[in-house]
Amino acid sequence: MKWLNIDKSDRLLLIVFVLAVLLGPVIMTPIGGGYPDLLQKFAIFGVFAIGFNILFGLTGYLSFGHAAFLGIGSYTAVWAFKLLTMNVVPAIILATVMGGVFALAIGFVALRRSGIYFSILTLAFAQMSYNLAYSVLTPITNGETGLQLRQHDARVIDGLFGVERTDALPTTELFGLSMSGWSGYYVCGVVLIITFFISLRIFRSPFGMMLRAIKSNQNRLSYTGVNTRPYTLAAFVISGMIAGLAGGLMAATDPLAGAERMQWTASGEIVLMTILGGAGTLVGPVIGAGVIKYFENIFSAFNHDILLNVFSFLPEALQQAAATFFGLFVGEGWHLTLGALFMLIVIFLPGGLMEGVNRILNMIRRRSSSSGPPAPAPAADASVKAGE
Amino acid sequence: MDALVLQILNGLDKGAAYALIALGLTLVFGTLGVVNFAHGALFMLGAFCAVSVKALLTLEHVALDPEKLTAWGTPMEIRTPYIESWFGDFGATLIDYSVPVSILLAIPVMLILGIIMERGLIRHFYKRPHADQILVTFGLAIVVQEIVKAQFGANPIPQPAPDIFAGSADIGLLIGFAENAIVYPWWRIIYLIFSAAILGAVFAFLKYTTFGMVVRAGMADRETVGLLGIDIDRRFTIVFGLATVVAGVAGVMYTPILSPDYHMGMDFLVLSFVVVVVGGMGSLGGAVAAGFLLGILQSFASMNEVNSILPGIDQIIIYLIAVVVLLVRPRGLMGRKGVMED
Repeated sequence: MKWLNIDKSDRLLLIVFVLAVLLGPVIMTPIGGGYPDLLQKFAIFGVFAIGFNILFGLTGYLSFGHAAFLGIGSYTAVWAFKLLTMNVVPAIILATVMGGVFALAIGFVALRRSGIYFSILTLAFAQMSYNLAYSVLTPITNGETGLQLRQHDARVIDGLFGVERTDALPTTELFGLSMSGWSGYYVCGVVLIITFFISLRIFRSPFGMMLRAIKSNQNRLSYTGVNTRPYTLAAFVISGMIAGLAGGLMAATDPLAGAERMQWTASGEIVLMTILGGAGTLVGPVIGAGVIKYFENIFSAFNHDILLNVFSFLPEALQQAAATFFGLFVGEGWHLTLGALFMLIVIFLPGGLMEGVNRILNMIRRRSSSSGPPAPAPAADASVKAGE
Repeated sequence: MDALVLQILNGLDKGAAYALIALGLTLVFGTLGVVNFAHGALFMLGAFCAVSVKALLTLEHVALDPEKLTAWGTPMEIRTPYIESWFGDFGATLIDYSVPVSILLAIPVMLILGIIMERGLIRHFYKRPHADQILVTFGLAIVVQEIVKAQFGANPIPQPAPDIFAGSADIGLLIGFAENAIVYPWWRIIYLIFSAAILGAVFAFLKYTTFGMVVRAGMADRETVGLLGIDIDRRFTIVFGLATVVAGVAGVMYTPILSPDYHMGMDFLVLSFVVVVVGGMGSLGGAVAAGFLLGILQSFASMNEVNSILPGIDQIIIYLIAVVVLLVRPRGLMGRKGVMED
C-alpha cells in the first residue's frame, strides 16, 4: 500500500526533511544559528525558494520579478491584521490568494514571451509594483515608512469575538499560539513541510513532467500539438501563490511590510538561493535559502577585531593584511561575498550544491565500483531520484 | 508650447544616456549573443573614473601661514592642490575641467577592463543558456558595485561641470520664444552634442570601415564569417571593449548631471534593458531611437498636467510602454527576425 501516494525513496526524503525541520533548533545550535528569528527566516525563504523553483527549476522560465509577489503577500497580510484579526490564518490565506491573483494577471501577459524577454517583462512588472508602492499607492502601502499596525485599527473579527483592546500594540498569533519565538518557527516550519510536500507531488506528477518537457524543448512540444501556455501559466500562478504565502508568513512573524521587499535586488536574491542549492532539484532551493541566510547572519556580524582574532595565528604584518582583505567581504561587505559566490556557482557549478554533492557521490561510487563489483543499477537510479 | 519644448529638451539628456548604454548592450547582444547585466556597472565605473581623476587632481598639500590667523587665533592653513603649485593657472584650469579630462583616463581604463572581462569571463558563456549569462553578469555587477562602495562610500559624490558651462542657456530666445521661457543648462547641451558625436562615430565605424563591415557580417552570420577564414572572435572582443568604452565615457560625462553613487549603474541598467527590448533586440538604430523616445516620454509623464490626470504615470511609463510594445510588436520597434528569439 502506498502511504500518502508517494513511492519509497520519496517517503524517505520526506521523512528526513520533516525531521530536519522539526529538529532545526538542535541542528543549528552547535553552528551558532540556533535562535528563532534566524530559523524563521530559513523556513520563510525556504518556502519562497520552493515556489520559485516550481517555475524556474521545472519550466526554465527565469523570472526576475518574483519578489513582487512576496511584497504583495506581505501588504495583504498586514492589511488583514489591521482590518480583520490578529490571527494569522486569514492573513496567510489572503496573502496566498492575492499572490495568485497578481501572478495570474502578470503571467497572462508575461508568458506570451519566453527566454530573456520573459525575464525583462517580469522585471518590468516588479519594478512597476515597486515604484507604485513607493509613490501613488502610498495610501495603501504607506510609502517609504512601510505599512505598520496601529492600536486603533478596525480588526472587525477580533471585535466580534470580543478580544479586549489593550494599550500595547497587539501581536500576531495562531489561536493563542504566539507567532514570535519558537512557536513562530514551528508554524513556519509546518508551512514549509506542507509546501515541500506539494512541490514533491508536483515534481512527480504528469503535470510536473509536462513542465520539464517545456524546459527541455518547448518547440517540439508545440509541434506535437500541445498547447504549453496553460501549463506555464499554472506553474507561474502556483509559484506566485507560494511567494505570496512566504510574504504572508514574513508579515505574520513581523507585522510590517515595506516596498523594498519588492525591489529587483530582492528578486535577484531568491534566484541566487535557488541556483546555489540547485535549480530543478527538490531540496536544493531550501538548502540554498538556508545557506545564504545563515552566512548572511554570520558574516554580517563580523568586524575588523573579530577578524584580527581569527588570523591571530599569522605573523603581525600578515595578520593586519589578511584582516583588511577579508574585511571587504564581511559586515557591510556581505553583498560582495554574495555577488562573488553567485559568480563562482554559476561558473563552476551550474547545478548548484546538489550537483556538487552528486558529483562527489558519483566519484566515491566509481572508486568503490572499480575495486569491487559494479553497483546494482536500481540502487543508482533511486539515489539519482532522491537527489533530484 | 514652450512647456512642451522644455520637456522634450529635458527628456533628451536622459534619453541620450539611455541610448548610449543601450547601444553598448545591443552591440554585445548582436555580436556575442550575450546578455550583459553588468553593463550598467560599467557605466558606473566610468562615472567613478571622473571621481578618481578629480580626487587625484585635487590632492592638496597644507602650509601654515603665520601672517593670517583664523578666528581661533591659530595660524591659518593654506591648502593648495599640488597640481596648482606645480603648473599655476594651468593646474587650476585642469581641475576646473576635471570631468572632460577624465575621458582621457576613462578610455584606456574601460577598454582594458572590457577586454579582460570578455577574455576572462564572457567568452566562456557564449554557449551557455541566456539564464546563465544573466546570472553571472548579475553577480559581476554586484561585485563591481560593492567594491566601488567599499572604496568610495555609499553617498553620491557631486562632480561640478567646468565653470563656463555651469550656467544655463536661454534657448527659447534663439527659436523665437519669450525671454527665460526655455532655460536649459549648458552642460546638458554639451552632453547632447557629445552623445550625438559618440553615436555618430560608432555608427560610422561600423558602416564605413572594413572592420565594421566584418563585424556586421559576423552579427548576421557568425559561422560563415568564421569559415571565410576571419578571426571573428578577436574582432568581437574588440567590439566588447568598444561597448565598454561607450558606457564608460557616457558615465564620465553624466557625472555633472547626476552625482555618481555606487548603485547608479543598476538604476540605469534596468531602464536600458527595457530600452533595448523596446527598440528591438540586436537593432542598433532601434536602441538609439527607443532611448531618446523613452527619455522624452518619461519627461512628459512627469509634467504636472499629466500627473494630475494619471497619478503615478511618471513612475511606470517606461515599463508600461515596454509591456505594450512586447505584446503588440514582439520584436520591438525595429527588431529583425531571428535575432535572440530562441
